[in-house]
Amino acid sequence: MRWHRRRSISARSRGGDTQRSATDVISLASHPRIAALARGALGTLCLVLLLLAGIHSSLAQSLPALTGRVVDDAGLIDPGAEAALVQKLADFEKKSSDQIVVATVPSLGGEAIEPYANRLFRAWGLGQAGEDNGILLLVARDDRKMRIEVGYGLEGTLTDLHSKLIIENTMVPAFRAGDFSAGISRAVDDIIMVLEGNAAELEARSKRNQDTSWDPDAVIAVLFILVWATLFFGGFAMAILPRIYGRKIAPGRYEWLGMTFNYNSSGGRSSGGYSGGGWSGGSSSGSSGGGFSGGGGSSGGGGSSGSW
Amino acid sequence: MVAHRSHNTSLPRFFSAFLVLMPFLSACGYNTIPTQEEQAKAAWSEVLNQYQRRADLIPNLVETVKGYASHEREVLESVVEARAKATQVTVSPETLSDPEAFKAFQDSQAGLTSALSRLLAVVENYPDLKANQNFLALQAQLEGTENRIAVARRDYIEAVRVYNTSLRTFPSMLWNTLWFGNKPFQNFTVSDDAMAPPKVDFGTQQGG
Repeated sequence: MRWHRRRSISARSRGGDTQRSATDVISLASHPRIAALARGALGTLCLVLLLLAGIHSSLAQSLPALTGRVVDDAGLIDPGAEAALVQKLADFEKKSSDQIVVATVPSLGGEAIEPYANRLFRAWGLGQAGEDNGILLLVARDDRKMRIEVGYGLEGTLTDLHSKLIIENTMVPAFRAGDFSAGISRAVDDIIMVLEGNAAELEARSKRNQDTSWDPDAVIAVLFILVWATLFFGGFAMAILPRIYGRKIAPGRYEWLGMTFNYNSSGGRSSGGYSGGGWSGGSSSGSSGGGFSGGGGSSGGGGSSGSW
Repeated sequence: MVAHRSHNTSLPRFFSAFLVLMPFLSACGYNTIPTQEEQAKAAWSEVLNQYQRRADLIPNLVETVKGYASHEREVLESVVEARAKATQVTVSPETLSDPEAFKAFQDSQAGLTSALSRLLAVVENYPDLKANQNFLALQAQLEGTENRIAVARRDYIEAVRVYNTSLRTFPSMLWNTLWFGNKPFQNFTVSDDAMAPPKVDFGTQQGG
């Protein structure tokens, strides 16, 4: 306001100009300013969004997909050993809720194995959400490196030293002999043994996660009942509530919540438009169906790495 | 409309309308800045936590190395000194926007990092020490801690990037200028440890 006044006074004091031309000057000066500001803000926003999208896609591109408990992209594990491994890991998750995933990649693409493993762990979300009890056993074939990445929740049980010992004593000798299947499955045995060592904690964790995990059928039932109740009682509500709470604007016409309700014509209800509201179903967590997926856990870089 | 009818009641009406509308401010991005600020502070706490964990490992490490290489006094002392310095300089979440405090913290931790790497390089000369079980355990923990520090730093960098971006971009920027007046947080610079090339040393500096 002050700026406007000053501009108009200065325009008048310069003399010769009429009041009309002074306001013209102001309107000409202020419009491009606002437009430039808005354009700048919009431009920044777009730039940030683009950058975010770019970063996201560039990170997502180089990571393999989580196709199962054993993701053997480098082709190091025999089919027979792989099937046994998958079965072993599935059984162990059923018992303890700990998610162990074995991944082999051909190459790290020039990245160090620690950040790569952490990125992969978080992208896959291994371990149950809130519990963070996942373990990723990653082998990079061409880099000749391996890493056991441990989720936050298991750092106390499978310590860095345990991971180091498993890598140095179990995996490295077998890998040097060229027997990748045996090295990996023996390492998984060792990991399971360490995790089972703390039996009381194992049981407690398993019980905690059974209680909180949602049955997908129950989720569908609840959603169905909610939708049905909205449709059923919503009709009654639209018929009755505007008459009580709304403002009468004409015989049989009520205005309520910014919508006009017309009860005159046969059943014709609203002219203001009654949209059923956006329904976004809660994310159905823990789908225990066919595909395997991470439970949403995270890792803070626990574990150890080695090379052969 | 309302104001025309009665001028006396307009102020309380405005005030009550404001109170009623308060909860809906969250939909206008009012919550963005405090939420992201707290996330950045939490990420910072994790960084401090992991640096503290590293500092806690060092006395044990120094004692173990002393048992085998007590005459490497200079390297051992520099580690102890750097640790003492690093534990003195802390940056509380409230002063994260202070560039000088942040730089002091970063410098002291970088000093400890380089002292530690010198110690580990010296250890290479002592095969007995390298085979010591206690030392192996400490080394595994130290490696794990360094990696956790790296992860915590990455998370902090990302959290601060998001927070600083919303301080400067459109919808939340308005709230910051009108209401919060927050300053952007300091972030790690890569120059300190990651960009330093590894030093190759063929023993010419070892004697000193």
